[in-house]
Amino acid sequence: MSDRADSNGVEPASAAGIRFTDMSTVDTTHVAAIDPAAVGPAARKADVRVIAPRRGALGVDPGELWRYRELLYFLVWRDLKSRYKQTVLGAGWAIIRPVMSMVVFSAVFGGLAKMPSDGVPYPIFVYAGLLPWTLFSGAVSLAGVSLITQRGLLTKVYFPRVYIPASCIGVVLVDFLLGAGVYAAIMLYYGHLPGASLMLAPLLLAVLLLLAMGMGLLLAAVTVTYRDFQSIIPFMMQTWMYLSPVVYPTALVPERFRWLLLLNPMTGVIGAFRSCLLNHPIDWAALGVASCGSVVIFGLGLVYFSRAERRFADIA
Amino acid sequence: MSEPAISVEGLAKRYKIGLAARTDRSFREALTDWVSAPWRRFRALSEPASAEETFWALKDVGFQVAPGEVVGIIGRNGAGKSTLLKILSQITLPTEGRAVIRGRVGSLLEVGTGFHPDLSGRENIYLNGALLGMTRAEITRQFDAIVAFSGIEGFLDTPVKRYSSGMRVRLGFAVAAHLEPEILIVDEVLAVGDAEFQKKCLGKMDGVAKSGRTVLFVSHNMAAVESLCTRGVLLEHGRVVYDGPSGEAVGRYLRSMESAVTSDLATRADRQGDGACRIVDLWLEDDDGRRVGSVGPLEPFSIVLQYECDRHVELRRHLDLSVTVNDPYAGQWYHLDLQTAGGMIKGLGRTGRVACRIDSGVALRPGRYWLNTFVRIDHALADWVINAAPLMIHEADVLGMGRLPVAGRLCAVYRWCAVEPSMQLDATGAYSPSGVKA
Repeated sequence: MSDRADSNGVEPASAAGIRFTDMSTVDTTHVAAIDPAAVGPAARKADVRVIAPRRGALGVDPGELWRYRELLYFLVWRDLKSRYKQTVLGAGWAIIRPVMSMVVFSAVFGGLAKMPSDGVPYPIFVYAGLLPWTLFSGAVSLAGVSLITQRGLLTKVYFPRVYIPASCIGVVLVDFLLGAGVYAAIMLYYGHLPGASLMLAPLLLAVLLLLAMGMGLLLAAVTVTYRDFQSIIPFMMQTWMYLSPVVYPTALVPERFRWLLLLNPMTGVIGAFRSCLLNHPIDWAALGVASCGSVVIFGLGLVYFSRAERRFADIA
Repeated sequence: MSEPAISVEGLAKRYKIGLAARTDRSFREALTDWVSAPWRRFRALSEPASAEETFWALKDVGFQVAPGEVVGIIGRNGAGKSTLLKILSQITLPTEGRAVIRGRVGSLLEVGTGFHPDLSGRENIYLNGALLGMTRAEITRQFDAIVAFSGIEGFLDTPVKRYSSGMRVRLGFAVAAHLEPEILIVDEVLAVGDAEFQKKCLGKMDGVAKSGRTVLFVSHNMAAVESLCTRGVLLEHGRVVYDGPSGEAVGRYLRSMESAVTSDLATRADRQGDGACRIVDLWLEDDDGRRVGSVGPLEPFSIVLQYECDRHVELRRHLDLSVTVNDPYAGQWYHLDLQTAGGMIKGLGRTGRVACRIDSGVALRPGRYWLNTFVRIDHALADWVINAAPLMIHEADVLGMGRLPVAGRLCAVYRWCAVEPSMQLDATGAYSPSGVKA
């Protein structure tokens, strides 16, 4: 109950100063009339909940996810609304950040290190990798700590917990779409237009979201128990970026080590993204491995999350 | 009667408790402890707790609530009331047993859950409503009623972080009050806000109860329980010890409270807080420093608190101390807190005493009142004991006229005199016409 104590040093709870005799004068005018349809036996039959210890592997109930769908919308809406409050540039940051990364990487890797870039100008090469990478790392970082930052919700109100990390992905997705708009402008500037392979982008995005959601669920659930991951996640994402072909092309890696790179599903996803944007041939084998990997990680994430879910309120 | 709205059988909840912190004895031990600490902590977080590391917050709880019944859940701090509500609200799962709930549940364990400080009042109404399980259409339909109930019309587009705590509470309750569930589960939320708003909330609750909805209500306010609830369930140490008419449940609760007070304050378990500083004894002293069992109305006295801290509480830390004078029916009579009184105590030792001298005395009529103690260090609750000790007020001739007050809840020092010319008894005992005498 300590969380109800307000900051003025006022003792919580027992402070109710209502006198016994005042009950006759209380204001009852605001009571809404009960809707007879809502409490009829039909409604009651449909709304039976059994609360009991749960031991099964999967606790995600699709019907319930559907009933609470509006909440997911509100959680994303809340984060979008509050994200750039009290900033001067507002949503401009969603555009400035990827452009700044592109400029820095182009200067360091393209300009100084003379990194090969699959025969296109380095800025459009690196941006094509940064676009999916930023979505992935942003989603995983936010989702990974989401249960900790919003633990107030976990202990006070019931709703499908999956929606907390899921809403983080919704927010990052909006940034992704803005970033994609910027990319279109950059490509126009360089006169390098994508071809028919762009049609593949929605499918690639789906694979990417599946992977991000899987990792996000996994890390969110682990972080609730082991807070160490709050410190581990940023470092992990930075390392992961250099293990993925974001700033360098896959061709830079010696042939005999390339299979190692494939263990990282982001290799296939980023490679395919870049190929589809730059109109290069797509490495279907790498994409296939990445898709399977993403499905597996998503499945693992979902199972682990729903197994851990039952403990969240007790340990958050 | 049809099927019960809530049916609970053999419900139990076990929690893991943290083991006591290790105390280091030497530098070498401290060093090895420090090195092995991550492994120890990893095992503590990962392994299922052994029997001595767990406690049962609820054990074998069973009851049924018929549709339309209004049931009060009462019990001392730590009796398992909040755990029960959390299980019925599906926030946490029980360890054993089951509960079946028939109907749409609205649970209100906190006012304003999920409020985002940067969003406006309008935006937070939607957010909070959605979190409580309302659809967007429902919120839109109720929007005007919510705003009217909360009384924050002028601040709808102001970020909630600029609201006073009272406004935030009013807005939070207003949203929750318009949830229209078939089963309403309410934790002690009425304990916040100003008296007028509390009255409005109780009125709303009363209305909900009378409209045929099922209500489960946790409170320390016995007046509210007795008047709102038809039935009371008394919990003690996680078990149901009484289930019956609310009047009888309240009576038993009050009696159990008295028996708790006879036990030593230091060993009382019905307290909350992290224990960084605990009140282990409490007594009353008169102005000569003598311990007294009771005081008269308007008689100056001191409340002395003996405390034990697990370390020194340094000067720079923010210390909140308070003692409140309550009775189970009327709620709080006095709130005597350190910060309002100027925060004169800046630090605490490992053990020691602090005292609150009440210069004016208390104006309460004779009877038994209860003292709650509350300690908070750097905004973290350290110790909170409800009914730590009784405060007996004895009969006293406050006016020195050889008579006792006839009625009324409070005493005052007063006298009568004529304002318009009329007959007044003068010093010689004779009636004479006179005006105002100084």
